[in-house]
Amino acid sequence: MPATQRELKDRRSSVSTIKKLTRAMELIAASRIVKAQQRAKAAGPYARELTRAVSAVATFSNVDHPLTTEKPNPKRAAVLLITSDRGQAGAYSSSVIREGERLNQLLREDEKEIMPYLSGRKGIAYYTFRQRDIAQSWSGDSDAPSYARAREVADALIEAFLTPTEEGGVDEIHIVFTRFVSMLTQRPDVIRLLPLEVVEGEEAPAADDVLPLYEFEPSAEDVLDGLLPKYVASRIHYCMLQAAASELASRQRAMKSATDNAQDLIERLTREYNQVRQSAITQEISEIVGGANALADANAGSE
Amino acid sequence: MAEDTGKHLDVALVAAERVVWEGQAKIVIARTTDGDVGILPGHAPLLGLLQGGTVQVRTVDDEYFVAAAPDGFISVANDRVSILAENAEMGHDIDLEEAKRALEQAQAAGTNSEDEQEHVRLAEARVRAAEKAS
Repeated sequence: MPATQRELKDRRSSVSTIKKLTRAMELIAASRIVKAQQRAKAAGPYARELTRAVSAVATFSNVDHPLTTEKPNPKRAAVLLITSDRGQAGAYSSSVIREGERLNQLLREDEKEIMPYLSGRKGIAYYTFRQRDIAQSWSGDSDAPSYARAREVADALIEAFLTPTEEGGVDEIHIVFTRFVSMLTQRPDVIRLLPLEVVEGEEAPAADDVLPLYEFEPSAEDVLDGLLPKYVASRIHYCMLQAAASELASRQRAMKSATDNAQDLIERLTREYNQVRQSAITQEISEIVGGANALADANAGSE
Repeated sequence: MAEDTGKHLDVALVAAERVVWEGQAKIVIARTTDGDVGILPGHAPLLGLLQGGTVQVRTVDDEYFVAAAPDGFISVANDRVSILAENAEMGHDIDLEEAKRALEQAQAAGTNSEDEQEHVRLAEARVRAAEKAS
């Protein structure tokens, strides 16, 4: 039986409310994405100068630093998974979580124990639902990560890295995050954070960019000591900013298609409603005509 | 390296999330772990850790300002000076009274853990920068 007029009307009005909602969310995401890109741009000079300085120290001194030394027999690996705090962003969180699972699988095949560090409520929910242990987690500002938050994460990870393996420390640290390629493409990606491979990634200075012979004050070791933790924090901040921009871009796209779908649905429901209304009118008319005829016949018989 | 490179320094004071100040200067004085260094045009390449957290800059227009740059570092190369600090701030942007209160609070909280010591250091740097700027 086809739906009644009232049902169709109600359904149409609820779909238009949803459309208004998704449209608003789309616009909000679109405006935030500009801010996220500005933030990423503003963080650029710091990251660039820092990378330059670190590569200068690394090039002109043969210092071994605990953060750059590979451990001979890696047993435990930390994975920092950067997800979003909120949903309504299409496949954003699930695809980065899937990438994380793939990395976990690889690490398990190498017989490494995994210590999950999570950022963002979606990842935390995924892990707690499956009753997995979480080493540490952060949430609350996935779409606008501050540098302070990156520092916090970096401090926790560096501490875990510097703890000896026997006491529960980790031997390597990976980050799983979503790289913002363009407004249309965001790709889940994995990078190894520690042990550090200096001069890699986008911010690496060009090959012809000859680094000057620096004097170090107080000494190359001390400078490296001071710089590397900052470098790690800056890398994490970079990943978080990329993830935030990706999150907003996928949210905008998801909400745009939701709005489009709602519009299609509204059109279909309107058509259906008109049809039902038309057939009801037709039926009413034929009932009236039929009734009038019957009355006329009955009157004609009695006369 | 010679004096004919324009006789000024291109200075950038960079915080983690923004560029605080960028411009040309005649001299930059920074306190590193080994003591104060004054940097004039033509200075040899240098990478140093800052301590005490204030940097003094005299611009080409003979303006003088102080900035707070706690726990940062300075890099000098080819008359380009970059001062990087996570929480860099201009001295005249800091409210002295507010900075003093923050310092008192940080000191009252104690100096037992490393975090608390860092808070105190940061607050001290801000007070010093604000005092010098006023």
